[in-house]
Amino acid sequence: MSQEQLVINNMEDVVVRFAGDSGDGMQLSGNLFSDAAALTGNDIATFPDYPAEIRAPHDTVAGVSGYQVHVGNHIYSSGDKADILIAMNPASFKSNLKWAKKGATVIVDVDTFSDDHLTKAGYTESPFTEELELAYTIIKAPITSFTERIGKEQGVDAATYSKCRNMFALGMVFYLTHKTLDKTFAYLERKFAKKPAVIALNKAVLSEGYEFADKLELIHSKIVEAAPAEMPKGRYRNITGNVATAWGLMAASERSGRNIFLGSYPITPATDVMVELSKYKSLGVKVFQAEDEIAGICSSIGASYAGALACTSTSGPGLSLKSEALGLAVMAELPLVVVDVQRGGPSTGLPTKTEQSDLNQALYGRNGEAPLIVVAASSSANCFYWAYTAAKLALEHMTPVVLLTDGYLGNGSQLFRIPKVADLPSITPRLATPNDPNYRPYRRDPETLAREWALPGMEGLRHRIGGLEKADGEGHLSTDPENHKTMTWNRQEKVNRVANYIPEQEVMGDPDGDLLVIGWGGTAGSLTKAVEEMNAEGKKVAYTHFNYISPLPKNTGDILRKYKKIVVCELNNGQFLGYLRTQFPECPMHQYNKVMGLPFEVGELKDEFNKILGE
Amino acid sequence: MMERKYVPETKETLTNKDFKSDQMVKWCPGCGDHFILNSLLNAYPQTKHKKENIVLVSGIGCSSRIPYYVDTYGFHSIHGRACAIATGVKLANPALSVWINMGDGDSMAIGGNHLIHICRRNMDVNITIHNNEIYGLTKGQYSPTTKFGMITKTSPFGTIDYPFNPGELVMGAQGTFFARTIDCDPKLTTNMMVRASEHNGASVVEVLQNCMIFNDKTHAPITNKDVRDDKTIVLEHGKPMIFGKEKNKGICFNGHQLEAVVIGENGVTIDDIMVHDETTEDTGVHMMLARMHGDMPVALGVIRNVRKDTYTEMYEAQMDDQKANGKYKCVDDLLNSGDTWEI
Repeated sequence: MSQEQLVINNMEDVVVRFAGDSGDGMQLSGNLFSDAAALTGNDIATFPDYPAEIRAPHDTVAGVSGYQVHVGNHIYSSGDKADILIAMNPASFKSNLKWAKKGATVIVDVDTFSDDHLTKAGYTESPFTEELELAYTIIKAPITSFTERIGKEQGVDAATYSKCRNMFALGMVFYLTHKTLDKTFAYLERKFAKKPAVIALNKAVLSEGYEFADKLELIHSKIVEAAPAEMPKGRYRNITGNVATAWGLMAASERSGRNIFLGSYPITPATDVMVELSKYKSLGVKVFQAEDEIAGICSSIGASYAGALACTSTSGPGLSLKSEALGLAVMAELPLVVVDVQRGGPSTGLPTKTEQSDLNQALYGRNGEAPLIVVAASSSANCFYWAYTAAKLALEHMTPVVLLTDGYLGNGSQLFRIPKVADLPSITPRLATPNDPNYRPYRRDPETLAREWALPGMEGLRHRIGGLEKADGEGHLSTDPENHKTMTWNRQEKVNRVANYIPEQEVMGDPDGDLLVIGWGGTAGSLTKAVEEMNAEGKKVAYTHFNYISPLPKNTGDILRKYKKIVVCELNNGQFLGYLRTQFPECPMHQYNKVMGLPFEVGELKDEFNKILGE
Repeated sequence: MMERKYVPETKETLTNKDFKSDQMVKWCPGCGDHFILNSLLNAYPQTKHKKENIVLVSGIGCSSRIPYYVDTYGFHSIHGRACAIATGVKLANPALSVWINMGDGDSMAIGGNHLIHICRRNMDVNITIHNNEIYGLTKGQYSPTTKFGMITKTSPFGTIDYPFNPGELVMGAQGTFFARTIDCDPKLTTNMMVRASEHNGASVVEVLQNCMIFNDKTHAPITNKDVRDDKTIVLEHGKPMIFGKEKNKGICFNGHQLEAVVIGENGVTIDDIMVHDETTEDTGVHMMLARMHGDMPVALGVIRNVRKDTYTEMYEAQMDDQKANGKYKCVDDLLNSGDTWEI
């Protein structure tokens, strides 16, 4: 059928969800689709949903791996439910159908819906009931057998061609989303430059999927085209939150002139920060894979003492292990960036799922009065800027900073407008001057209260620091009660005064709203969308999203006091709410919480906001 | 083998006084830590390092107060973590001479993991373990080196913990340098610290230290002046293993284990005495020497000293190679790499 006869449904945005067995290549299919979409002018956001097990038993629900891609205009999150779902086997069909919209197009590999596969997935009979077929457009594509035929035609062994089934599905998705194959062809040619047979096979399977879809009249009314994005002009790329975090730290290193040192220990979902940084010795990046989480942060504290932009990356359980050392960094007043890519907790919890439940740990998880700066990224792409900001604050205020991201931001990806490093804000570390006769380890800047950074090797500045309380100024050991009071005040006040150096909190949506929605960190995408949609529906809803957590922006109280109704939304049981209540007890606040290891959906947020507005 | 000297030497002649800080030393009178401090102050001038280039890192415990008493850069950190912190210092700036002082609990209980890994990596640092076989600062609980069966505050019926031998631990972790000395022999202790500094790689010096208050005379059966010559042996590379007040005893290998013999008795001649080789890569004999006790003399001096590429050397070599040949010269290169497009 020629393209002219097709009915193209123009949409603001389209959500595609790829689901299959771990190892079916669903992450790759999703990546290739999102890259092609971005290259053809869509804004994108992606989110992988994978199990903690590397290869759980084949064809079971436990082994299902998913990858959701949201493309179009005004894309803030990976989207709620899918317009198009690809299910490569019965298990993925079973576990992912709930993520498809009613009426969605669902592509299944019908070859896998044999009795034994159905049994492994927990079905006792075929799931394709009449009712189901009415609710969805189900396309039963013979993906396995077509791929096998092409593989055999090309004389490729079974192990190789069976890895290409995802390309068939991807070809169908390109047809359904009115996109061409050329971007993916180019990728395959680059990726397998030395393996022409692999290129030929993948291209053939991809094309076969596309043509298979073209021949199905059933879906010709189902073709959707997502709107091109209205975005600021500039050069763009796709980036995951963890990579953006690593690059933000590197940019801060270059801008501050301090070599980066990352002492870390692998932990899901933060490992990719370390993996990424490990690649760039050419840029002076030193990564040390330590023997444990404690050695990770302690080696970073040592590197900080020696003058590096010191960082450590971790997730919840690792942050727990780092607590004592974090207190040492507070006491020694050394710059340090701790990246916590949050996951579901407590304990080992849900390693591959997202949550915002480490906030209290970041704020309070140390012995003694141990304040530090806490900031949170709110999109995969802005992890770059928040990592940069965390480093800037650490170096200029001589204090540890905890940067909170989460599994959703870290593993998800987004379009990123590429900055020039020279255009980023300047970073001026508080370095001491060698042979300064007046140098004292705890002499402070009168404005920021930050002490100076005297590096071993600098002449005339020899000094000792450590975890015992130090005399204000001189830095000798002191157990004097008045001194301890002064130093405790200094450490808190130093963090408080950071509020003088950060921008004021902004309100979005309808500033005269009847309801103020408050969010922080990784939930910005769904909250923004929910508030935008409600404003479009004429509902008076205002919205403010926090990235600076400790200290809060100075005008926070002014904002909160303006609204009669406030709801604090977060992926925990109310940690930010509790933090706000202690500071602004005069402001009554509702709460909306979700602890399911999943991001917010726009729909559930709107329901909740409407309920509060109606009260 | 890589040959890299990162720490610059000074031509200035310094003395122990130059390294003394202005802080009051607050250890108990007569504590072995005083001797160790003095030995360190005597060793530093001999290392030819500038004061600015020395960083002394410690953990927690009586011994770990030592950075306050030495006029170099110093970091008195947290319990057990000195090795990890020192690792970061050395990696961030390989031109620093990094020293670590820890007690037996600090280094082998709470910090045991870091000790074995710093040895395994052959990180170029100098470690001194003050081994008094007791927790002193918390007032007398048994440590991982407390003698089996000893009654302490937390073992009122005697310990049932088998103690560590630090030398075995270090060598089991592929340590490249291990020496043992006693606090009351400052000359030997100073010498061991200088040797540790000369060694490229992780060097561990165990000092048998007396705690007058909670474990007094624990080492006395071997360190007391009247028995020391017969109960210890000071090993020297390339020299026969001879000891004893009369210099007539020696160590032989009898085919399956080491044996203490008397020269001139049972037909033993000087030629039967083993010659110490601290440089053999195989740990077999070094382990046996480190283990000697009871009827055998306790080995002092440098037991093991093996040259092996250090972590710092290999790390810096990779850095240099990547800086010369790496794809990216600045972060802008990286940001614009791969698939990018204009909107």
